[in-house]
Amino acid sequence: MDVEAARMIGAGIAAIALGGAGVGIGHIFGNYLVGALRNPAAAAAQRGTLFLGFAFAEATGLIGFAVAMLILFG
Amino acid sequence: MATTAAEAVSGTEAAAAAEGHKVIDPIHQFEIERIIPIRIGDLDLSLTNSGLWALIAVGAVCLLMLTAPTRLIPTRLQSVAESLYELVFGMTQEVLGAQGRGYFPFVFTLFAFILAANLLGLIPGAFTVTSHIIITLALALIVFIGATVIGFIKHGAGYMRLFMPAGVPAPLLPFVVPIEIISYFIRPFSLSIRLFANMMAGHMMLKVIAGFVIMLGVLAGWLPLMALVAIYALELLVAVLQAYVFALLTCLYLNDALHVDH
Repeated sequence: MDVEAARMIGAGIAAIALGGAGVGIGHIFGNYLVGALRNPAAAAAQRGTLFLGFAFAEATGLIGFAVAMLILFG
Repeated sequence: MATTAAEAVSGTEAAAAAEGHKVIDPIHQFEIERIIPIRIGDLDLSLTNSGLWALIAVGAVCLLMLTAPTRLIPTRLQSVAESLYELVFGMTQEVLGAQGRGYFPFVFTLFAFILAANLLGLIPGAFTVTSHIIITLALALIVFIGATVIGFIKHGAGYMRLFMPAGVPAPLLPFVVPIEIISYFIRPFSLSIRLFANMMAGHMMLKVIAGFVIMLGVLAGWLPLMALVAIYALELLVAVLQAYVFALLTCLYLNDALHVDH
């Protein structure tokens, strides 16, 4: 197989990791919304934890994106 | 519409090919270039664009924190400096407790530098210092090795109690302990790669979508331009958030070192 073709395919496969990031982030925000609608008074206190969880979920997805970019351009 | 768009695409691509680079070139912005070449013997100590922007980040933080706080009733800039201080101070108090006050300057320096480097990188044409793994790895190794050394100084060999969490039934221990050890040694890598991947991926995405804007030209270019604005806002959030996450994890690792029994 041509190296360039293999690069493109590899980058495409690596980018699939972002699907997991999307699911994870949606899960976190969804759970926060459920909790916030049940107990609005306690919701504001957990906003820090919300963004922390978002950062972790995004990070794992973006590692896959970084691998894809490095395969394509590095 | 389709023909003009196709012509616009091929037109810009032909022009770019004539100049010798692609229209969508997201990797070139991360290249390190020497600004002031300095060689001492075999060592290359040149001032690069990375070093220059790191100096600018340090200068910006010093300018903000040293010149803003002057009045009892704060000005707007002073409020910014004070709220940065309070954010990090609250975090160290909450995670490290009373013992942790000595570590506040370190955590604040880390947070302020990463925040400034991330935000300055969003200026169009600027270089993002934290988008290189070597810089984030250096910061993460400082935190990891520092916390490990502090843990051993404070608890001696008892620091290894970190790998045996309380309340684990005996049959599970042979599984839990190796997992704990592995997750401990992954810390510097996860810390550095989280920051580096976020910064690099964000800036690459901005460059790629900006390339789309140019390729689609005046007729349809406003669509990716709207996406570009939205993603730029997201990148602002990510810049602040990643600095906060780095500082918070630093506090958590220091807390593990200071209070081994969680």
